[in-house]
Amino acid sequence: MLEFDDIQHILLTRTPALTGRYEFLSFGNPAGGRAWLSELIDRVDSATEAIAGMDGTQRWITLAFTINGLRALGVPDESLASFPGAFREGMAARAAILGDTGASHPGNWVGDLAGEDLHAIAILFARTEEEHLRCIGVHDDLIARCDGVRSLSFLDLNATPPFNYAHDHFGFRDRLSQPVMKGSGEEPTPGSGDPLEPGEFILGYPDENGPQANLPQPEELSRNGSYMAYRRLEEHVGAFREYLRENSDTPEGADLLAAKFMGRWRSGAPLVLTPDRDDPELGADPLRNNDFNYKEMDLHGYACPLGSHARRLNPRDTAHYMNRRRMIRRGATYGPALPDDAPDDGVERGIAAFIICADLVRQFEFAQNVWINDKTFHELGNEHDPICGSQDGNLDFTVPKRPIRKVHKGIPAFTTLRGGGYFFLPGLNGLRYLSSLGG
Amino acid sequence: MAAQDQNWAKPAAMAIPKTGYFELERGRYGPVFPRTPACYGFSIIAKVKEGREDAVREHGKTIQAAITATPEFLAPLRLHYLRWVLFDIGDGLTFQYQGIFDTDFDKYTEDAVQLFGQSGLNTVFTNLEGFPEDWQENPDSFVTFVREHHFPSFLEYGEYPYVTADEIKKALRLKAAFSDMLDQMQ
Repeated sequence: MLEFDDIQHILLTRTPALTGRYEFLSFGNPAGGRAWLSELIDRVDSATEAIAGMDGTQRWITLAFTINGLRALGVPDESLASFPGAFREGMAARAAILGDTGASHPGNWVGDLAGEDLHAIAILFARTEEEHLRCIGVHDDLIARCDGVRSLSFLDLNATPPFNYAHDHFGFRDRLSQPVMKGSGEEPTPGSGDPLEPGEFILGYPDENGPQANLPQPEELSRNGSYMAYRRLEEHVGAFREYLRENSDTPEGADLLAAKFMGRWRSGAPLVLTPDRDDPELGADPLRNNDFNYKEMDLHGYACPLGSHARRLNPRDTAHYMNRRRMIRRGATYGPALPDDAPDDGVERGIAAFIICADLVRQFEFAQNVWINDKTFHELGNEHDPICGSQDGNLDFTVPKRPIRKVHKGIPAFTTLRGGGYFFLPGLNGLRYLSSLGG
Repeated sequence: MAAQDQNWAKPAAMAIPKTGYFELERGRYGPVFPRTPACYGFSIIAKVKEGREDAVREHGKTIQAAITATPEFLAPLRLHYLRWVLFDIGDGLTFQYQGIFDTDFDKYTEDAVQLFGQSGLNTVFTNLEGFPEDWQENPDSFVTFVREHHFPSFLEYGEYPYVTADEIKKALRLKAAFSDMLDQMQ
């Protein structure tokens, strides 16, 4: 029942791209924007196409729009008004709710993402560097041909070595815990929960509570669409490594502290299953690396601290109604890898991710607001998420330990939000609707 | 803030501005109401629909039965106390729902929609004027109703301020464990 041929592939697949670019665009006039869109529609891969071509396809395109972008393409006011309030406001306007303060405040963002001119994102993923360069050239030519369309900024992406598994610049294995949709053909890995109703992620389908309400109009535009929260999160690799070194006696101690912050060892092995030493084989085994809970296996957090990143973002059986809070995460790393023994070089590097869900307030903003930046999470009192929470140097991180816990005081910010945005990701028919406006 | 930072042994009172907050801080659904020495909470006051008094009172028994059958039924809401009151000061029957809890206002409301939606128990709010008929499909309308009918306190007091229900239960469990230990040593 999922309309694979209308859903943009990013919602249902992961492509084997090793490189890519996010291009942030602005439309000077509706006709120019629609001309740009019209030329790209046939190249946007639906889920059907992406799956069929997985072995041979060299490049994948995803298109999404801000509320200002929809307006700039000529979407009528009554239709714009039918989109949810949070999306209409945009991420920058909701910074206070999201905890995007201090250095992460939209006033400090790069790439003109906080302004009204941000209209669209084109996600251009490629299998090889050669194809990447070719696609960028073709897209630049397209922009030049379309009246009023301009690139506000772009971000080039690249996987970080070693390339045999996905990981961030801190070295942590990524993509371990993803929700699976009913009807997607995917099987959840052990511990990942049952497949969820597609309406948790895609507009036009029942969600975990039944039929969706208040879908944006017209249905032609909203059906098979979704919302994406974009987060460009700089990782302060030098500062992270230095903190670990200064707060541990041995390299093994530093690795353990890193794991305590994350909730998993760098290999991906969960602390709950291997609390004292890393187990790379476990970390790499999808049949085992997500198969655990907290309530029965680690209630007090002796293995995985209550405030660790992974435990906050997926409290599993220690939170209620988890099925209403799940999100799909896509994205890539950017910036050069910092060699293990190198001092910080001042170059920006990090993760540029999309959090995809059907309800930004109930899912994405809830995670930011209640799981990441709520001091009272699990009664911790004076903590935010140590990896991606807002940190001003005055908060703690508690590592439960027998007989006495260890409280790390004054956690620095290991990450800074450098940009973000709320995007609507239409289905293929939605893209066609947009391109035909005013016609 | 956790109990250890706030000194639970020192009673505290907080006078609250008319708005219900000191400085406007945006939450997901509206202004954030602060945590006070008496924790988070709300007082929802709304008119009862004509002829629904018995239904409202009956709902008290429904909740009692649900808790008796499943003591952890309301656990997601992280409550300390609920107090439900019906009164008439001359212009029709009014319902007051006072809850004291440990999650923020918006999360409580979201969780309540989920809890009562799933349980099939319905919510006592369906007997109130202005409550949205489509609350189950349209949770945002539930949140809006609650926010529109919340009357913020202008004073809150805690004899043991800023302590969560979980912390209280932990302390009592510890006391019980100590008593048991001492018994075993006789």
